[in-house]
Amino acid sequence: MVDTGHLSLHVPEPAVRPGGQPDFSNVKIARAGAVPRPNVDAPAEDIRDLAYSIIRVLNRDGEAVGPWAGLLSDDDLRTGLRHMMTLRAFDARMLMAQRQGKTSFYMQHLGEEAVSCAFRKALNKGDMNFPTYRQAGLLIADDYPMVEMMNQIYSNESDPLRGRQLPIMYSSKEHGFFTISGNLATQYVQAVGWAMASAIKNDSRIAAAWIGDGSTAESDFHSALVFASTYRAPVILNVVNNQWAISTFQGIARGGSGTFAARGLGFGIPALRVDGNDYLAVHAVACWAAERARRNLGPTLIEYVTYRVGAHSTSDDPSAYRPKTESEAWPLGDPVLRLKKHLILRGLWSEERHVQAEAEIADEVIAAQRKAEEHGTMHAGGRPSVRDIFEGVYAEMPPHLRRQRQKAGY
Amino acid sequence: MARMTMIEAVRSAMDVAMGRDEDVVVFGEDVGYFGGVFRCTQGLQAKYGKTRCFDTPINESGIVGTAIGMAAYGLKPCVEIQFADYMYPAYDQLTQEAARIRYRSNGDFTCPIVVRMPTGGGIFGGQTHSQSPEALFTHVCGLKVVVPSNPYDAKGLLIAAIEDPDPVMFLEPKRLYNGPFDGHHERPVTPWSKHSLGDVPDGYYSIPIGRAEVRRQGSAVTVIAYGTMVHVALAAAEDTGIDAEVIDLRSLLPLDLDAIVRSVSKTGRCVIVHEATLTSGFGGEIAALVQEHCFYHLEAPVMRVAGWDTPYPHAQEWDYFPGPARVGRALTDVMEA
Repeated sequence: MVDTGHLSLHVPEPAVRPGGQPDFSNVKIARAGAVPRPNVDAPAEDIRDLAYSIIRVLNRDGEAVGPWAGLLSDDDLRTGLRHMMTLRAFDARMLMAQRQGKTSFYMQHLGEEAVSCAFRKALNKGDMNFPTYRQAGLLIADDYPMVEMMNQIYSNESDPLRGRQLPIMYSSKEHGFFTISGNLATQYVQAVGWAMASAIKNDSRIAAAWIGDGSTAESDFHSALVFASTYRAPVILNVVNNQWAISTFQGIARGGSGTFAARGLGFGIPALRVDGNDYLAVHAVACWAAERARRNLGPTLIEYVTYRVGAHSTSDDPSAYRPKTESEAWPLGDPVLRLKKHLILRGLWSEERHVQAEAEIADEVIAAQRKAEEHGTMHAGGRPSVRDIFEGVYAEMPPHLRRQRQKAGY
Repeated sequence: MARMTMIEAVRSAMDVAMGRDEDVVVFGEDVGYFGGVFRCTQGLQAKYGKTRCFDTPINESGIVGTAIGMAAYGLKPCVEIQFADYMYPAYDQLTQEAARIRYRSNGDFTCPIVVRMPTGGGIFGGQTHSQSPEALFTHVCGLKVVVPSNPYDAKGLLIAAIEDPDPVMFLEPKRLYNGPFDGHHERPVTPWSKHSLGDVPDGYYSIPIGRAEVRRQGSAVTVIAYGTMVHVALAAAEDTGIDAEVIDLRSLLPLDLDAIVRSVSKTGRCVIVHEATLTSGFGGEIAALVQEHCFYHLEAPVMRVAGWDTPYPHAQEWDYFPGPARVGRALTDVMEA
């Protein structure tokens, strides 16, 4: 008999904790342009490498290189930059509003703006996203009115959700944005169901599911991949790996698997890993997956490698669990600065125009904020009615709710 | 009009609904080709094609989760959970998602799904094939909860559930599938073909959700029951000779409070019967409502007869099941109180 000794439990730890020197030497970064672009009908087993590499278009010098480049026009790129800048300005303003007590809670996108802004441009009108709380770029890039977002954040009298939902849990069917739950992972499998319905009805619309690195550990993620794989649902399965699930580093959810993208391979789902801070790469990969879905070739799993620069939410303090300067060491840079550099390099943009755009965007955001605040904020001015508590639980109010509403005095 | 078992009635409801509305889809474990372990969906795949009636992976959260997504798209999924005991993996999807989508999106999205599940004991199913989890649904605002007691109601209520704009939990007492079981397990089984409520129209009809039905008029005591226990209550009234009025709730949420209040105000006595465990069961809710609305008419304490607060045992099934003897004792007690 072999002496195997005593067992010990492995509990993964991030490379560095507060006080330490940030270190991302374990993040293997492929050279921009180095990853091939397969045909959209390539079988998952033939493109396994794409689940372990990182598809990148913008190189260090700001050039767009390789087979995934060249999909976007000059105007598209300038618009993309503007969307990301708008989202960033919106976030900054709403964070401040939260600190001023105008709302209870906020979640920002800092560092992750490219993921949702670029992805939206790969979808058509009528497609449906099942987002998490960090994809407001899907709305910004679809020109959803900022004032409506703010009305929701403020839970004011014009809140389209009548004060019932946490700030930033938007809903807009018209803009292909499914009502955010606030629960994690539950909506991943719903997106697959929506996509199955579209296929059942021989429609042409597709769905996009969203999840973070941490919640891929939920069983709903497994459910979604099984159903998507079995029924070849026209769905894009997005995993935003921003390295941190509140205070928990991504290694806790990822376990022994090399990457989150690789999770798709066991289900026979083509899986791609992409530089999430590269607007062009995100857009190109999303278009590839969308084309696959539209051609009835089935689901695609995409892992966006990015970094959550800010706190998880306004209730979180990341300095308690990671080095303060970690975001500066993040090797994939800042999505806004990278696209800006690319545009300047190509003579499509300049420092002056950037400063000017920042000022214009700030004006737009402030104007929207002013308009929203005319309808109240969380603790001042107009607010939804107490009646709204009881409405909309069911299409038709049942007798017991009518009695309770009367008891509440409405 | 045809004689139908409850299985046939449930199947007929889905058949009629699928025939009338192309957006109705039916799926679940073993539901497609085979037609379900209780055969409730037999023939539907052959008739409507495998994109409208299909087998799923063994994954209840996936079944309900995809149904929610389909409903958001605009379909009307009617899914099967093979046994109510298997619904727990889907509970997150039901409580936090299905039940709240209309509310949290202010009607931007809705969730018209039906989740069918065989419920209750009486078939020696042990602790994992006998449960009655209705109270876990009635505690969730945004869900509707229906428990039919006979083929006629099962078909009409299931059609109404499929047409309903909100999520409906449809609990089918499996011991009633083939006959009106009254708890006298030692006696030969009566088939639905010998019962008037086994007369079921072939075509379309619906029964509004939220209305109870008086199954036996009486003046001495009101027995409030649903599902299998309706038949047990009727047997107990027969066995004891007590002139009980038996109310079949049919729908627990919304609840027909008026029917309860009308009857208890008349009889002054109330016994509530369900197969689910006693503590925090739906009977507690009814008892609270009865004392709130009928207090000055009551001549005796409200009594509950329910499953014991234990897991559903296998060998001792008939000692667990609240059969006619236990209900009869409660009737006698409440008359003497």
